[in-house]
Amino acid sequence: MNTWTPPVNVNLVDLGFMDSRSKLIDLAAFLDRVQRVGQEGDFRVAALKQAIQLLAGDQPERARNILLSFSDPSMEPIPKATTQGAVGAVPPALG
Amino acid sequence: MVSRTTDDYEKLALAGCETICEPAFWAGFDRASAQGFYDYFRQITEYEPKRAARFGIKHYTWLCINPKESEDLELADDVLALIPQFLGKPNVLGIGEIGLNKNSRNELQVLEKHIQIAADYDQLILVHTPHLEDKLKGTRLILDALKNHSKITPDRVIIDHVEEHTINLVLDQGFWAGITLYPESKCTPHRAIDMLEAHSGERIWMNSACDWGISDPMAVPKTMLEMKRRGWSPTAIQRVAYDNPVTFMKQSGKFHLD
Ligand SMILES: [Zn+2]
Repeated sequence: MNTWTPPVNVNLVDLGFMDSRSKLIDLAAFLDRVQRVGQEGDFRVAALKQAIQLLAGDQPERARNILLSFSDPSMEPIPKATTQGAVGAVPPALG
Repeated sequence: MVSRTTDDYEKLALAGCETICEPAFWAGFDRASAQGFYDYFRQITEYEPKRAARFGIKHYTWLCINPKESEDLELADDVLALIPQFLGKPNVLGIGEIGLNKNSRNELQVLEKHIQIAADYDQLILVHTPHLEDKLKGTRLILDALKNHSKITPDRVIIDHVEEHTINLVLDQGFWAGITLYPESKCTPHRAIDMLEAHSGERIWMNSACDWGISDPMAVPKTMLEMKRRGWSPTAIQRVAYDNPVTFMKQSGKFHLD
């Protein structure tokens, strides 16, 4: 198997800034939108607001920490699956 | 790729894809009986290889009842009983994608039965980890179930759909990790490349979600292009997009490139 050669330096800011800027403004507009219609009490919006705090961290672990903040922290299997999908944040009954 | 049109095989062939492997998974709805699975297993072991071959693509597959349909233990047992008769088919690489969906007791029980079949028939294992808020817990439960079986060796198991919060759990315990690329909602090409760089491309493959949701079979070649833009050498791209999956799948004894 080939040995690993790290990538050469490229300007990752050039590659990613516009996309990240756009996603951040989208996020801000989403929070404005749900607030205007009185839906900011939804547990998913609350989870999002909590996760946003983690952007201010100073270690390059922000993506991991945000994923952890959206994760079900329990360890035991649930008695029965009553739905098939996931919603992206821990529902209040589980948290 | 039962959930995709023939056009997708053509697109993949044009992008230079030589081989695909397709896990047994959900049909987009719950099947009513084991007979439905029997026909499905015939489709992925007999018909899909022919459909892929028309575009010069070799087709491999994995067999199981997926975790979304594992809540019904009676159905699961009937389907599990069908699997051994298909394991001898030339394109079957092992058991998968097994795992958990909502992390329920019944799902876990069916997962353990699949692990036993893999051990009894000396099969590779491909594991699906749950999505979103269920992924971390499910990954932990799955890793425990695998480690609790004395006959399972981690280097013959790939844990798929890892993300930044689960990849270390998987790799640190000696398993292979799979990164699945989605056009929306889950892992993107840039995040996949970040994880590959952080782990020097070691024991990781990446794959395109090709299911009933919005997904893009071309996600792997698109990510390879992104790697090039991010300064990756052709050998490093070759390693994660080609050499790694070949190394893992060759352990089946059935996988070959010509
Ligand atoms: Zn899966």
